[in-house]
Formats: sequence, structure tokens, C-alpha cells
Amino acid sequence: METAFKTAFPFIVFSVAILLAFQGVLMIVAYTVLAERKVLGWIQGRIGPNRVGPWGVLQPFADLLKFILKEDLVPDKSTKFVYFLAPMVALTAALLPIVVYPFGPPIKDPISWLVPYLPVIPLGSEANIVVWIAEQAKNLPLTIARIDIGVLFVLAVTSVGVYGIALAGWSSNNKYSLMGGLRSSAQMISYELAMGASVLGVVMLAGTLDLNGIINAQANSPWYMRWFIIPQFIGFIVFLISAFAETNRVPFDLPEAETELVAGFHTEYSALKFALFFMAEYVNMFTVSVMCVVLFLGGWYVPGLSHIFEVGSVPYALVSHAAFLLKIFFFLFLYIWIRGTLPRFRFDQLMSFGWKFLLPVAIGNVIVTTIVVFLMNR
Amino acid sequence: MAGTVLFFLFAGFAIACAVSMVYHRNPLYSAISLIGVFIALAAIYLTLAAPFIAITQILVYAGAIMVLVVFVIMLLNLDEDKPLNRLKYLYAVGGGLGLALLAQTFFIFYAVLKAPKAEVDPNMTAGKTMSIGRAMYTEYLLPVEIVGVMLLMAIIGAVILVRKMEHPHLELVGEGEDEKE
Amino acid sequence: MQPGLESYLALSGILFTIGAVGVVYKRNAIGIFMCIELMLNAVNLTFVAFSRYYGDVTGQLFVFMVMSVAAAEAAVGLGIIIAFFRNRLSVDVDDASILKY
Repeated sequence: METAFKTAFPFIVFSVAILLAFQGVLMIVAYTVLAERKVLGWIQGRIGPNRVGPWGVLQPFADLLKFILKEDLVPDKSTKFVYFLAPMVALTAALLPIVVYPFGPPIKDPISWLVPYLPVIPLGSEANIVVWIAEQAKNLPLTIARIDIGVLFVLAVTSVGVYGIALAGWSSNNKYSLMGGLRSSAQMISYELAMGASVLGVVMLAGTLDLNGIINAQANSPWYMRWFIIPQFIGFIVFLISAFAETNRVPFDLPEAETELVAGFHTEYSALKFALFFMAEYVNMFTVSVMCVVLFLGGWYVPGLSHIFEVGSVPYALVSHAAFLLKIFFFLFLYIWIRGTLPRFRFDQLMSFGWKFLLPVAIGNVIVTTIVVFLMNR
Repeated sequence: MAGTVLFFLFAGFAIACAVSMVYHRNPLYSAISLIGVFIALAAIYLTLAAPFIAITQILVYAGAIMVLVVFVIMLLNLDEDKPLNRLKYLYAVGGGLGLALLAQTFFIFYAVLKAPKAEVDPNMTAGKTMSIGRAMYTEYLLPVEIVGVMLLMAIIGAVILVRKMEHPHLELVGEGEDEKE
Repeated sequence: MQPGLESYLALSGILFTIGAVGVVYKRNAIGIFMCIELMLNAVNLTFVAFSRYYGDVTGQLFVFMVMSVAAAEAAVGLGIIIAFFRNRLSVDVDDASILKY
């Protein structure tokens, strides 16, 4: 019993952590959808959804129920296997990066102070298994998987998400869908280059590809570059623009431009399969917001917080985590704000902007950063 | 134990996807199967303690090369391959080649099985990003530079190959419409 | 616990065989291209396995080089396929029978 529990313990912890992280992110994503409709309403002088629950707070659940209950139409001439595969690929690729998000600083001793209030449970040779658990939980990282190539992992996994869109466009057997899929794959390949190049500057300054390592590097930098947005402002702008293109958001939402392509790649999708695409888009928004915050805005790091709370204590972690979420919410709001403000690019403008302006600027930024880092380290 | 189970799981998936790639005549099905092979191989690289190579595999193969292939297949709107090959003797050649290579594979399998076991160092650092980067920019600097030049050549070559000026393009169509208005 | 080196080599050999047979059987230029990519990947697996079992980073660097070559090959190869398709409206290698255009 005791050994079985001790063997199973890491698996239980990881399962709970994954459940919490995914549930949390999906709840935030559900409310991003509501926030988008509300904010767009305010921008356009409307009220927005306000019927389900007070101020419409239950709207996401009503939407979900509607998605489940709607009829699931499958086009007769579609390629069935690929048609079913596409939304799964899109959502899987969108959700996978959650495992490397740095949600907060590691907590030195999270549950020892709770032990006196908890019941004593003896198990095998352990007098109190709660004490053993508290011992195991020391130095608890607020990241599910600590891998030393977090930045590359996020870039790689999100780049797989383009298959969801491209295959959906191809398998629907619909001209508009195919155009949407084609546009999407061309657009994603083009802007991925600029995105990768804009990340390089930060990686060079931090000297690591680990997301937590990048945050620590920012915390340990001199005051004039506490956040990498200051030395890497050009990189930040390039990253932000290519993030809009990567998530297919206005002004780069060419793959689903409703005035040209009906609904683009998901024209033929309905019910839950459409909901999967919808969720994938908003989870992708969340992911690039996290990347923006971690790479350029210091992640969970709040300057001066270590003077108020002890580093590694529970309140320190909670306040840091709240700051992290607040920064993400700012970027999510920025997405909605820009959607309500800017018109859409034309496709040739989009391509020439990506290749002839964004990519050279990003590469120039990399070269300048290389020279500066080299001179600084001499 | 877990490593063995994972290996056979992903090895089976990789072989199944590879067979399906050769079997399917529709090029898009082949491409999807090949992406499956790449992802399975990336998982196997992870069990071989090479996370950097695993992620690069996803990033370069699944995220860039295969997107290009899928894009070209969709752009050319390719039909299914014709079933009958004009050169019938190719079937015999292919079968013979396959048998020879399989025999060689089994020979290698037994030779390595009989050979003294190589010890796996659990604390190996060869897969770490830092050690790869250090080796890349010190010991293997010249090959890396040559690869850089080769990539530049590939970019220029691709641009020259696909460039075509006879037929009007998007910009010309747009200008024509402007004049009408 | 991990399977021995021979398992990885066997997997690599099987994948290489499938790729080689595919190159002979396929008529579609893109299909042939994908079979070549599969063979390159089988070789990569060998490099990574040896790199693991001999504790040397050289194998992984070689994989890196192979990937760069594959990327260059994809760019040029697909360029050739598109240029060929424009001339003959086909990507069948049997149609590439004249040495003009």
C-alpha cells in the first residue's frame, strides 16, 4: 500500500496539475470569447450579450450547450477521415504548449504550514503521510514540464497547428474552404520566420531557451533592461505583429475573411467540430499572449515584490501569478481592441508586408543584438 | 520498462504510417502519413535523451517542410496517382531491393545483438542544448558555415526556378480592375 | 529501462526499406520526394541512437546537418516540381521524358 502510493504519487500530482492548468486556461478562454463580444459591443456603441445570467456571465456555457445540441453536418463529397482529423489537430496543437507555461515562481514550502490543521493519516512505515507529502512538495515549480527548450517547444507545436486549418480547407471539398486553407498555410509559413527571428534577440540576451530561465534572466538584469521590451522593442513589435498573423486574427484574418470567403476554412464545419476550431483560435491567442509576456514583459516577475514578501513564499507566488495573468489579460484585450479598430489587409499586401518589411526588420534586429551582446560580454 | 513500451508503441506507429504513406495513391494521404512518421520519430528521439533534436524535428520537418509539401499538393490540386505503372519490371526491382534491404536490416540486428553491449550513461549531457551549441560553434564551425551557404543557394535557386514572368499575376489583375473603374 | 541499440537500428532499417521501395514504386514526383525524406529520417534515427549509446554529441550535430540539407532539398525540389507542372500539367515522373523546357 505504502510503496504503491509512493509510486503513484508523482502521476497523481501531474494529473492534478494538468487538469488544473488546462481547466484554468480553458475557463479563461471561454470568458475571452464573452469579453470579446462585450468589448466589441462597447466599441460599436452596443451593449453586447446580457441575457444569460447577470450581465451575461453565463453566456459561454449557453454557447457550449448550443454547440453540443446543433446538428452536425458533414458534406457528402468531403474526405471524411481528414475532415474529422482536422479540428482535432488544430485543438491538440493549440492546447499542448500549456504544459510549458511558467505560471509563477517556484514555491519553497507550499503546504508545511497547513499540516497542523490537517488530519493525521498513518500509512505503512510513515507516521503521517501528510508530512511526507509536504516534504515531497518542497520547491514546487508552477510549471508542469520543466524542459530547457521551452521557447522552441512552443514555436514547434504551434507551427503544427497550421495542418488543422490547411487540411480542413482541403477536405471540405469547397472552393472557399480551399482558398482559406491555402492562404492560411502561406501566411503561417511566412510569419513564422519573422516570429522566430524576433525571439532570437531575447534568447541571446537571456542566454537560455527555458521560459523560466528567460524570466529569471530579466529579473537579474540591470534596472534599465529589467523587462526585455526595453532593449528589444523592435523585436517586441515584430513578435506582436507576427503573433496576430499566426493566430489568424484581424487585421490578418485572411483565412476566414467573411467578406471574401464566406467563412474561410471552416465554412463547412458545424456544431462541435466548429467549436473545436473556435476554441483552438482563442487558445492560440492565449498562447501568444503568454509568449509576449514571458519573453518581453518579465512573465510573473514583479519588480520590487521581493522587498514586500519573502522570495519563494506562498503570497509571493500568488501575487506573481496574479501579475502574470493581468499582463496576459492586457494582451487579450489588445487583440479585441485591434479587432474592433483595424480593417483587414489584402492578401498580396499581407505577403509583401511579411516578407519585404517584417522579416528584414527582424533579421536586422538580430544582427544589431548580436553585436551589442558581443560588445557587452567583452 | 516504460521506455521499452514507449519505444514499441511509437515504432509501431512509425512503421504503420510509413507503410500507409507508400500504400496510398492520394498524395495528401501520403503527406499526412509522413507527418505521423515524423512525430513518432520525434517521440523516439525524446526517449533517446535528445530533446533538442526532437523539437527541431517537429519544427523543421513537420512544421516547415511538410507544410510546404501540403501547400504544393493543394496548390496543384493533384489527382490520385495512376494505378498501373508503365514500367512493369519496376515491381520486381522494387521487391528485390526491399527484400535485400530487409535481409540487411536483420543481419545488422543480429550482429549488434551479438556484439558486446554499449553502456548507456544516464547522466549523459550530449542531448542538452548547451552542449550541442558549444560543439556546433567550436568543433564543427566549418560544416555549419557550409550549411548556411547551402541554404542561401537553395533560397536563390528556389526563387529562380519558380519565377515566371509570362503570365500576369495578382498585382496586374488588380491594376486592370482599377482602370475599368 | 530502454530497448537496446539493435532495436533502434532495426526500426531505422525497416523505415529505410519502406522508403527505398516507395521511391521505386511511386510515379508521383511529390511521392518520391516524400519517400526520400523518409529515408533521410531513418538515417537520422541511426545517428541519434548511436549518439545516445556512445555518449557523443557528433551524431546529433550530423542530424542537424541532414535536416538543413532536407530543408534546402524541399525548397529546390518543390520549386522544380512546380516548374515542371507548369510545363506539362502533371507531376508524373514518367512524363518527364524530354530533356527540353
